[in-house]
Amino acid sequence: MAARHRLTIRTIGDDPRVTAIVEAAGHLGIGVGDPDRLSIADLVFLEGHLDQDAMHRLHGFLVDPLLQMGSWNEPSAPGIEVTYLPGVTDSSAGAVIQAARQLGVVVTGAATGRRIEFADSIDVDHAEQIVSRLVANPVIERWTAGCIEPTFHTAGEGTGVAETVAIAGLDRERLIEIGHARKLALDPEELLVIQRHFEALGRPPTDVELETLAQTWSEHCAHKTFRADIATDDGEERAPLIEMLRQCTDAIAAPFVKSAFVGNAGIVGFHHDVTLALKAETHNHPSAIEPFGGANTGVGGVIRDVLGIAHRPIAITDILCFGSPEQPLADIPAGALHPRRIRDGVIDGIADYGNKIGLPTVAGAILYDPGYTTNPLVFAGCIGSAVGWTQHPGPFPGDHVIVLGGRTGRDGIRGATFSSLTMDATTGSVAGASVQIGDPIVEKLLIDVLVGAEQLYTAITDCGAGGLSSAVGEMAEGVGADVELDRVPLKYPGLEPWEVWLSEAQERMVVAVPPERIEELEDRCAYYGVELADIGVFTGDGVLTVRSRGEVVLEMSTEFLHDGRPQRSLTATMPRPVRGKYISRTIDDPRQALLRLLSHRNIASKADTIHRYDHEILGATAVRPLIGRHADAPADGVVIAEPIDREGFAIGIGVNPWWGLHDPEAMAYGAVDEAIRNVVAVGADPTKVALLDNFSWGDPRRPSTLGALVAAVDGCCAASMAHRAPFVSGKDSLNNEYDGVDGERHSVPPTLVITAVAHVPDIDAVVTPEFAQPGNAIVLLGTTSREFAGSHVDLIYGEPAELGCVPAPDPDAPTRYQRLHQAIRGGLVWSCHDLSEGGLAVALAEMCIAGRLGAEITELPHENLIASLFGESQSRLLVEVGQADLDRFGDVMHGKIQVIGRVTDGEHLVFPGVEPIHVEDLADAFHRVGTPPADPTGVPPTARAEDRRR
Amino acid sequence: MTAPPALVIAGPGTNRDRDLAFALELAGADPTIVLATELVAHPRLLARAKLVAIAGGFSYGDALGAGRMLALDLTTGLGDPLREFVASGRPVIGICNGFQVLARTKLLPGALGHNVHGRFECRWVVLDPQPTSRCLWTKGIDQAIHCPIAHGEGRYVHPDPDSLAEAGQIALRYRSPNPNGSVADIAGVCNPAGNVLGLMPHPENFVVPRQHPQHRRIDARRHLGLQLFENGVAAAAAM
Repeated sequence: MAARHRLTIRTIGDDPRVTAIVEAAGHLGIGVGDPDRLSIADLVFLEGHLDQDAMHRLHGFLVDPLLQMGSWNEPSAPGIEVTYLPGVTDSSAGAVIQAARQLGVVVTGAATGRRIEFADSIDVDHAEQIVSRLVANPVIERWTAGCIEPTFHTAGEGTGVAETVAIAGLDRERLIEIGHARKLALDPEELLVIQRHFEALGRPPTDVELETLAQTWSEHCAHKTFRADIATDDGEERAPLIEMLRQCTDAIAAPFVKSAFVGNAGIVGFHHDVTLALKAETHNHPSAIEPFGGANTGVGGVIRDVLGIAHRPIAITDILCFGSPEQPLADIPAGALHPRRIRDGVIDGIADYGNKIGLPTVAGAILYDPGYTTNPLVFAGCIGSAVGWTQHPGPFPGDHVIVLGGRTGRDGIRGATFSSLTMDATTGSVAGASVQIGDPIVEKLLIDVLVGAEQLYTAITDCGAGGLSSAVGEMAEGVGADVELDRVPLKYPGLEPWEVWLSEAQERMVVAVPPERIEELEDRCAYYGVELADIGVFTGDGVLTVRSRGEVVLEMSTEFLHDGRPQRSLTATMPRPVRGKYISRTIDDPRQALLRLLSHRNIASKADTIHRYDHEILGATAVRPLIGRHADAPADGVVIAEPIDREGFAIGIGVNPWWGLHDPEAMAYGAVDEAIRNVVAVGADPTKVALLDNFSWGDPRRPSTLGALVAAVDGCCAASMAHRAPFVSGKDSLNNEYDGVDGERHSVPPTLVITAVAHVPDIDAVVTPEFAQPGNAIVLLGTTSREFAGSHVDLIYGEPAELGCVPAPDPDAPTRYQRLHQAIRGGLVWSCHDLSEGGLAVALAEMCIAGRLGAEITELPHENLIASLFGESQSRLLVEVGQADLDRFGDVMHGKIQVIGRVTDGEHLVFPGVEPIHVEDLADAFHRVGTPPADPTGVPPTARAEDRRR
Repeated sequence: MTAPPALVIAGPGTNRDRDLAFALELAGADPTIVLATELVAHPRLLARAKLVAIAGGFSYGDALGAGRMLALDLTTGLGDPLREFVASGRPVIGICNGFQVLARTKLLPGALGHNVHGRFECRWVVLDPQPTSRCLWTKGIDQAIHCPIAHGEGRYVHPDPDSLAEAGQIALRYRSPNPNGSVADIAGVCNPAGNVLGLMPHPENFVVPRQHPQHRRIDARRHLGLQLFENGVAAAAAM
């Protein structure tokens, strides 16, 4: 055996990683002893015979003397050492091997790890507890007290042959047992169809075939619920949900829609020959188990979706839902991670992928609710652009099946079926293999190779859920393919055929390449350092054939694979929401209520998170997520435009699960309206809006859960039609539930995220929500009613016995938005902000914070003060208009305006009958989680609140 | 005058190469993006260039420390031609990851450690060009430069910043609050000859006034990051 060496690298001075552990421990009430005695060192393990000179050279490379100290000796102090589990990609180890080669040092293996040392008062058990709670994740790492022995090589013995699974003649119960044991997540009816299919063929299925069917027919891939026949208790016959959405898009027939509900992403073209590819995905279950990796690969996956439709990715969005970070550790069910750790890991994971791949993360939201404690939601979106795009016509018989990018390992096996199962307390341990590990640099290289190479392939798709089985299976639909698994590059030996075929190893794309183009693609891949594997051909016989070691391990007609699944029939109990019932709220201190709303986690500043994401790269972010004089107030929508283009596009998000608890249909309508309102408020054209829907719901086999889903789709359709804004792509993530050890079933609140992407015809005419000019009139558009069900006032003050209704759709909204757009284009609007959570008062406060100006409100929109201030009626906007332009603005709006007050150069937001509130107090409440420094590029801030009070 | 040819060096994971090339083009250069591995294979590419820029990003994913692997490519792989390019006085700039690379290659003094708060941070900053600096990139710029930062390892470390100041090697300091714990608020340093500049912030992301978040309120033109590139390109053209 080759000699082993270890280099322990310590940071000179304070290590911010230690601070992070101390802080996190403090939040969870875990003692870490004397923080000055806590330290983290990096470990590099090397295998090979290293002489003094080699060690000197490696040390010189690995240790920067101004920042670090390195030692080849084993540390004598006690400590816990952490390293990756065998099979988990250690990209730093790969870098060590490459660097050694360049330095002329021969090493046969490398690994990396971390060492954590504690104060003497922390015993080994306690230390391991800290490590498991705060530092390492058993899903991808292992640790030990003292010096750890790393794994240099992952070896394994694979048989290379497929097993057959005897299912002929088995009864239903026995089939269900087999399905359960193999975690196939198939319905009994589906298992019976598979059984009949293979009985007719006169042979048993192989494990490869069974697993492939399970993936292809999974909820995740097949969207069984959205395609199911649904019988509702109101006796109505309904088209499948996906058809309902499609029919709206067809009926609207918007000329800018180039492709909807086909392939990886929706495609729209707003101007010239530029097209945008739009896609949003969820990665909920993986993020619950390994927050960093789950969110990381969620971003990676949605970027590949866009790349998989031949567009260059240009922007990322993320909407995140977490449990309360303040939840006591003891209340978290066994097997689940604490919401704070989930949140921090998810945000780290998104930042890591987006920042490294070099895309601006521009739009998003973060919502908190106890319902997300163990089942967080991670919605990641990506927008791509292309010039002169046309749909690739292939694959054609004779084209080769080419896999590009990362190698295949055991990571992410059965991800599609995993996400279609409900999580239980042991999911964290059994689902380890479902965790995917991301490598944004490999995906960056895939973008480099593929953008500009569109003429080299006839079809393209990404390897996502189901891995090659899905990617090749989908491409081969109607054509057929013959592939050889032995040609798939592996991370390590020992994978069984079904594992190679189903692995969800990340950063892989599949392209169909005509033989005469292969060499050119190979050259391109060689230049960028991307691995290419030619694994087979598209045949033309309509049969999918997979071979391993010369044996056929899968042979199936693509017709059965894609169309053989029996239609699912489901029963829905429709919700019976309260409508048209207006119930007031009583709040003694409206001033305090406003400050509390501004400090509510859902409304308060997300600056800490936004600054973790690079939103400046590409230089095209024209309206940023933070706006205003100190860049510390929220934008409605963000705007992206190339630095020298006049036209661009806006992105808006709509989401409100709390409305959904009471009236899913009104919630969905409201989410669509909010997303559109957000883009209109920055200057986008309301007649050129495309929508994405992302549903995260509970188990659709529960009739009431399905009923809420049906109602939500109804709401989506109604709003889409009213606004003539077509859906172009969507994704549903169902089964977001959790069986706790308490025996109770936990479901997430019905969460629908709507993303609106709209044309901005003139970048110079965009507006943002910052009050700009004292003296200007403040105008409210829209109607205010006492609609409080699901409001944030109720989240803070508790719900009364009688709730009343959720805000109802406003039929006047589409014309209102179109007229407002005219006014914005006509230069009549100084600033504009939409009203959403917290109503008029919160919107005004945000505009005051943004402009660091006061406002005096003299007229309220409703006789009821609380409804005026905090009601959340839909489709309302605040507009700042110059006094001299008021008549013209009124004309454009056909008189449907209400002047409620004026912008002042004072320091207060003043409402009739409410004690004036200082703008800095508003800002302080909004930044409760921590005040960021003022934007230094603007005008210096006025005195901070503390100074003022002196 | 023909546009001076400029090379933008990228590695696997470099991601602001296109932004940098765009800035150089606006400043009057004729930029080409080239991978370090290609440059190692064809060092002649350097001889033809009049300006070299190493772009920001995450070369090699920051494995083993930001910039280390790409620096190794440029030292063990390219070696002398790069040193000769620098010695000839032609302008060289390294931004963010490019700065980390130049520090590792010892073409610039000091090192870049993890931000003191331990996080990646993206926000706009205000930079003061140092009037006493020898740096050709910042020469004559008497207004503050505004631009964003976007980095996790941008804390400039040097054992003797006073000596650097005396030698005229401090090119830029943060006027806005120090975002990463850099010693003496240093945002950018140059070599003793003044032709090589390394800086953490991204002037390439502020090359047209509209990119400034406050462009409606202030005269953004005066604070353009483009000025740095105009200086560099002018020096290249004069070579």
